[in-house]
Amino acid sequence: MTASLLRTSPLGEREAEFAASGMDIREAGFRAMVNVRVDSASAAADAIGIALGVPLPVVPNTVCGGERAAVWLGPDEWLIYGADGDTPRITALATEALGPVSGSVLDLSANRTTIEISGARAREVLAKGCALDLHPRVFGEGHCAQTLIGKTQVLLWQYGNAPDYRILVRASFANYLADWLLDAAASGW
Amino acid sequence: MTANSERLPEGGRIDRTKPLRATVDGIEILGYRGDTVASAMLANGIRTVAPSLYRSRPRGILGAGNEEPNALVRVERRGSSPMLPATTVELTEGLPVHTLSGIGALEPNSEAKDLDTRFAHTDVLVVGGGPTGLAAALAASEGDARVLLLDDQPELGGALLRGTDAELLDWAGGAAELLRARPEVTVVSRCTAFGYYDENYLLAVERGETLDRQRLWKIRAHHVVLATGANERPIVFAGNDLPGVMLADATRAYVNRYAALPGSEAVIATTNDTAYEAALDLAAAGVSVRAIVDSRAEPPEDLAAMACQAGIEVLADCVVAEATGTDSVAAVRIVRFEQPRRTVRTIRADLLAVSGGWSPDVGLFSQSGGKLRWNETLAAFLPEHSRQRQHIAGAARGRYGFARCVADGRFAGVSAAESCGYPAPDSPLRPGISERATRVETEQRPVWIVPAETGKPAEWREHFVDLQRDATVADIARACGAGMRSPEHIKRYTTIGTGSDQGRTSGLTAVGVLAWLRGMGSPGALGTTSFRAPAVPVSFELLAGRDTGKLLDPVRTTPIHPAHRELGAEFENVGQWKRPWYYAREGEGMHEAVLRECAAARTGVAMMDASTLGKIDLIGPDAGEFLNRLYTNGFKKLAIGSARYGVMCGCDGMVFDDGVVLRLSENHYTLTTTTGGAAGVLDWFEEWLQTEWIELDVWATSVTEQWSTVAVVGPRSREVIGAIAPELAVSNAEFPFMTVRETVLGNGIPARIVRVSFSGELAYEVNVANWHGLAAWREIERAGAGFGITPYGTETMHVLRAEKGFPIVGQDTDGTVTPIDLGMDWIVSKRKDFIGKRSLSRPDTARADRKQLVGLLPDEHGTLIPEGSQLIGEHTPVTPEVAPVPMLGHVTSSYHSAALGRTFALALLRSGRERIGQTVRTPVGDRLVSATVTEPIFYDKEGARRDG
Repeated sequence: MTASLLRTSPLGEREAEFAASGMDIREAGFRAMVNVRVDSASAAADAIGIALGVPLPVVPNTVCGGERAAVWLGPDEWLIYGADGDTPRITALATEALGPVSGSVLDLSANRTTIEISGARAREVLAKGCALDLHPRVFGEGHCAQTLIGKTQVLLWQYGNAPDYRILVRASFANYLADWLLDAAASGW
Repeated sequence: MTANSERLPEGGRIDRTKPLRATVDGIEILGYRGDTVASAMLANGIRTVAPSLYRSRPRGILGAGNEEPNALVRVERRGSSPMLPATTVELTEGLPVHTLSGIGALEPNSEAKDLDTRFAHTDVLVVGGGPTGLAAALAASEGDARVLLLDDQPELGGALLRGTDAELLDWAGGAAELLRARPEVTVVSRCTAFGYYDENYLLAVERGETLDRQRLWKIRAHHVVLATGANERPIVFAGNDLPGVMLADATRAYVNRYAALPGSEAVIATTNDTAYEAALDLAAAGVSVRAIVDSRAEPPEDLAAMACQAGIEVLADCVVAEATGTDSVAAVRIVRFEQPRRTVRTIRADLLAVSGGWSPDVGLFSQSGGKLRWNETLAAFLPEHSRQRQHIAGAARGRYGFARCVADGRFAGVSAAESCGYPAPDSPLRPGISERATRVETEQRPVWIVPAETGKPAEWREHFVDLQRDATVADIARACGAGMRSPEHIKRYTTIGTGSDQGRTSGLTAVGVLAWLRGMGSPGALGTTSFRAPAVPVSFELLAGRDTGKLLDPVRTTPIHPAHRELGAEFENVGQWKRPWYYAREGEGMHEAVLRECAAARTGVAMMDASTLGKIDLIGPDAGEFLNRLYTNGFKKLAIGSARYGVMCGCDGMVFDDGVVLRLSENHYTLTTTTGGAAGVLDWFEEWLQTEWIELDVWATSVTEQWSTVAVVGPRSREVIGAIAPELAVSNAEFPFMTVRETVLGNGIPARIVRVSFSGELAYEVNVANWHGLAAWREIERAGAGFGITPYGTETMHVLRAEKGFPIVGQDTDGTVTPIDLGMDWIVSKRKDFIGKRSLSRPDTARADRKQLVGLLPDEHGTLIPEGSQLIGEHTPVTPEVAPVPMLGHVTSSYHSAALGRTFALALLRSGRERIGQTVRTPVGDRLVSATVTEPIFYDKEGARRDG
């Protein structure tokens, strides 16, 4: 209990700047993130999906699920994403479902933080530093990609149609990304 | 000259309700919104600009667009560029303009610019918003394809804007409106594509209405339609650089688009039909057009008749041999085409409008890999073969005239959309207009140069080819005389075409002159010089965009960073990381702080943030086998709960990375890498797993930032660990060296504590979830306060490890050093195979006289030998008769040691181990310092301190 109160998130001190940006940008800290690696064709992959209540997507760069979601990272790698506190449950369920089959289940919840950016200008702001095509015909709700924004590697995921994006960024790069997003949002162009 | 004296009373596309004032070289001018600086200058009677760069010849405005070689200006405005063509700068209120002689100056403080970058993707990209581009964009977007249209003018319409045909201008306006209403169409005005790369990747610069705004577009298109139009060429004759000599179509632009008179008495010189329009438009605007000098023996009858009707004499089979005048054109001397020494007439004129024919603007097409072929009829290089998914349409491929352009653009647009899967319903737009007949042009009679009456070409120094570079026919003749034949060589010898105008008015002319000098008839066989990006000048600051200051490069920090700042740490850049370097207290410099921190670690307890080390988890039944193959030493039999130091080599047997491997369970290992090596090591693992050892059942995952690590170091560290982890048995027997324990700290934070040491002292590394890093640091600080716990930085870490002779990969190694060279034979397994093992037995790797890691003790205890210093033998003379001085090696690490009370160093030294006990010398400042070679270990050789 105390342990969760002792946590700091990389962008905990940037809330006011986000609020003043004129855009809907916020840090969603402390989300559950569990890395799962398993052969996608194995029964274990299906079992993990059933246990978690979200199938592990096999279509590259897509996401399955809602509040608990499975994000495609590679042909045999997923990130299970959930609410703060869901980590032990996800880890336990996935580990149990994996059983003796080869694979790995690793808690990476503190590895990255999440920045959420929503609204009409979100796509345009991201287009200043993301080389991917984010047009709704190409990259819509339920799509994800591991890419660069500015000069940092991110996991970009459109989770809503506002559009709403989650940007998962490694903790040490989070302040750079926040600087970048705030600057992009403030650009006169 | 008075304000707006040369402005036509009506007409033009300027907004007369928005008058503007500006100054040119201190003289006030009046203009309107819609003017360029050049058009406002002409409207105010300013026809002369700054003299030319090398020969100080008087120069005037030649063109009306980005082809302009003469009218270069500097604008004293926030964020302006050092040098701009006046023909492309939009007039704004109060603009202070200075004309330049071809050289601008960078502003020292230009960060005021409003720059940005934008990635864009589209099904169809259309470059050029003239009739062709508009038709292409309309057609391409009819089936709902995503279309991006770029046009470099403030207003769409392209060449139509230079004309007066209201019906056509209405068509362009309607097309623009229609395009803007389509949701999947993006129209970007004031935007010039300047680079065309593979896979239809293009760069373009978008300008704001004011000079301080620019945006770089990075565009990926499925299909590209190039509708870049054509450029008019000048003709080379004596005095062709005088102010008053202009491109014919530019004069048309000035009277029609800007309602500005470029002269009062004009002669038109042409090789083709288009200049007749200019002549008629000038006449209609009130200019006295004295003659049309047409190179052709029989100019088309219809045009000749129209000229006659307008009272303009047509001199057929004639060319202009010379423009004369002191500061500007005063008279034009005309000769017979075939008899350049026979003057037909000399006509008084202050404007000589020249059309030497048209060159399709194939710059982007060529950049994209497209091939050109000479077309004799059009006297131009035309696109022949595209290398990318692309169409080039309209005037850009020699299809002139509105109707032909629209038809060609439409075809290109439809095909482009179709190829992206968005076929257009076939409904031609405004057939009345788009099918309007275009007269068939008469053949041209190209004129590249009108020879002088006397002398040799090498003496024709007033026949200008490149006005910006002040290069003449004489220069090309000299290049030929020096043996050059190829346009590429001529270009480099004469600098023709290398100016900021990219040789738009000189490139092909130079090839024409070269062909003439070589007696080749036409330039077809010579070809053009290569077209390269950028097609228009772009500034480096635009390419940098907003990635300046703190956005230049990411600064990475650990979650403990706020504590380091509070403690007043000085930071060191380690890759992108900011790591605490040392923590100076009041009155301390780095030297004192590091000595104090070292003493604390050796005698009491000290702590450091070690979170930046790379971390990788390996899971799977073959993880031990995998590690065995990667590291020089063995890990398969490592006991669960134990840790072992390991070294990895590349295939060449050279040390590549090192770190500590922990075995957490039967099938689960976790390992650390160097701070800078994390990503490379994971790639290395994946490469072997995915390409060579696919049979191994191992999963590698980067966990670098899942964990935050605090090292607690020193004889009293056990007490501190005992205090923060009450559930943990910390005695040496219960928690021995190189073992790992999972526990929960007193404040509830789960932790993984490892007993490892990078200093030789009793030491622990406390690993917690990254988000608990700061709380763990504070808890250790609190628990250690009673023991005088001292935070230390990377410098102290280096001193402590160097005293023990622990090398740092990348500092004491450089990719040419084997584990044996480091004296770490003990870590190289003789029994198992590992990556690099074979290379270690290569003759060169096994040489006895390789550079080996040794210690150095300077004879003067207080002298610090700079890292990187070269080492020479004790008796090697430093100023030998025969250079170079034979070097033995170099210093890799060098520090003051609190424990030793003196300086010491590590070095890579040839046959180093054999030299132990000997003396070497090295320069420090301007003297030579002697040092004794030692074993690379200075402190606690017997390892008595690691258990506290």
